[in-house]
Amino acid sequence: MFNFKNVKYKDILDIKDLHIEKNKITCIVGESGSGKTTLLKLFNKLISPDKGKIKYMDKNLRDFDSVKLRREVVMLPQSPAIYEGSVKDNLLIGLKFSEKDEVTQEDSLMKILKEVSLNKNLQDNAEKMSGGEQQRLALGRIILLDPNVYLLDEPSSALDEETEYLVIEKMVDHVRKNNKTLIMVTHTKRIAEEFADNIVEVKKGKIVSSGGVDHE
Amino acid sequence: MNSIIELGILQVAAAYIFSLIVLVIVKVRGISREKEIIISTIRMTLQLIFTGYVLVYIFENMNPWITVLVILIMEVFAIHNIFKRTKDELSKKMKTIIAGSMAAGTLVSLIFFLFVVIQISPWYNPRYFIPIAGMLIGNSMTGISLGVDRLVDGMNSKKHMVESSLMLGATPKMAAKEIVDNAFDAAILPTINSMVGMGIVFLPGMMTGQILSGTSPVTAIEYQIAIMMGILGSVSLTVILFVQLGYRTFFNDQDQLTLND
Repeated sequence: MFNFKNVKYKDILDIKDLHIEKNKITCIVGESGSGKTTLLKLFNKLISPDKGKIKYMDKNLRDFDSVKLRREVVMLPQSPAIYEGSVKDNLLIGLKFSEKDEVTQEDSLMKILKEVSLNKNLQDNAEKMSGGEQQRLALGRIILLDPNVYLLDEPSSALDEETEYLVIEKMVDHVRKNNKTLIMVTHTKRIAEEFADNIVEVKKGKIVSSGGVDHE
Repeated sequence: MNSIIELGILQVAAAYIFSLIVLVIVKVRGISREKEIIISTIRMTLQLIFTGYVLVYIFENMNPWITVLVILIMEVFAIHNIFKRTKDELSKKMKTIIAGSMAAGTLVSLIFFLFVVIQISPWYNPRYFIPIAGMLIGNSMTGISLGVDRLVDGMNSKKHMVESSLMLGATPKMAAKEIVDNAFDAAILPTINSMVGMGIVFLPGMMTGQILSGTSPVTAIEYQIAIMMGILGSVSLTVILFVQLGYRTFFNDQDQLTLND
């Protein structure tokens, strides 16, 4: 689905070859400062490489309209922005940004909150929630957008181990059931080994290993 | 009642006593500001005498070229002042947008005000053209300076929010909307506030000047109302042009945020 060839970005990334498969779960692992977040931003054109070529669905990424691409390849940053207003406002703002004027029923919003294990009311003030709760709310927000590709940057960094496992498990379930593609940066080895189809390891801006995981 | 008290040289000189009083106060209290007070008093005096003679010359020798030249000098000076006043380093593109918005916004308002509202004749009559241009350009300059600071500050401090919005599929316009609206609001607020206090808290300078020079307060108020509307229009037009074009300088043609970390 994504193909990187000789991609260079400043002196942060230098990727000879990288292939991301469609409808699979890919985990990107590596030490902090190794360039994982920068790599993730290349997938949806938040940044562009200085050299090399990135292809998405066999088409040069450069030829895609950035905004349209980002509505299809949605990214969740490590500390996502929480907008002024309620939980409901925060869930719906993604739809507003991507100009999808679907009518969303309250019970489908509640279903999403359940999916991300967030026990909150739609009217609650989103800015007063804890970091972990905000992270799950932001995850719910992008699930509502129903994109083809999910780019998640340490989506569970503010969660305790148990909640982290639960949330990722549900996310992975959702991705598999709906035939989506998930590319996720994670620092938790256990998560990567258990859920990923492929693991990409980044070290000092270079891909040091990339390969499938055997789930027995 | 309408006779104006002409100030003689001695009367004007007597007014300098106020400056002397301030000098004595700072001297006694040991505040080292004497130099600045003396320099600013001298500068103010010389600049006004110079401007006075220039205006007398321009009024007596009405010429469309001179009027246009004066307006151009005012615009250039105002734009230069905005660049100097802003706290942040401005990109070349941003400077072009500031200059363009100032020129377009103030000139459109000025032309409307002089030819539709006041209907001056001849069109280049400097007695109207120059002071009114001064008021519109001066106020727009203050407005746009505030707008520039707010826009640049907002984009820097809310970079994370803007980027998060882009990640959700927002266009740059949507992602920067809140910051752009805040900048516009901050820029026009002083003008709106001054309108609220006008006539009760203070008498505006132009109106006071007209009354002192013998104009009927009713006429002075008519002019003041009209000029306030002109100022509001000019400030709003300049600032809206600036913020609508200015936010784009933070994004490239790939709709990526170009702010460095």
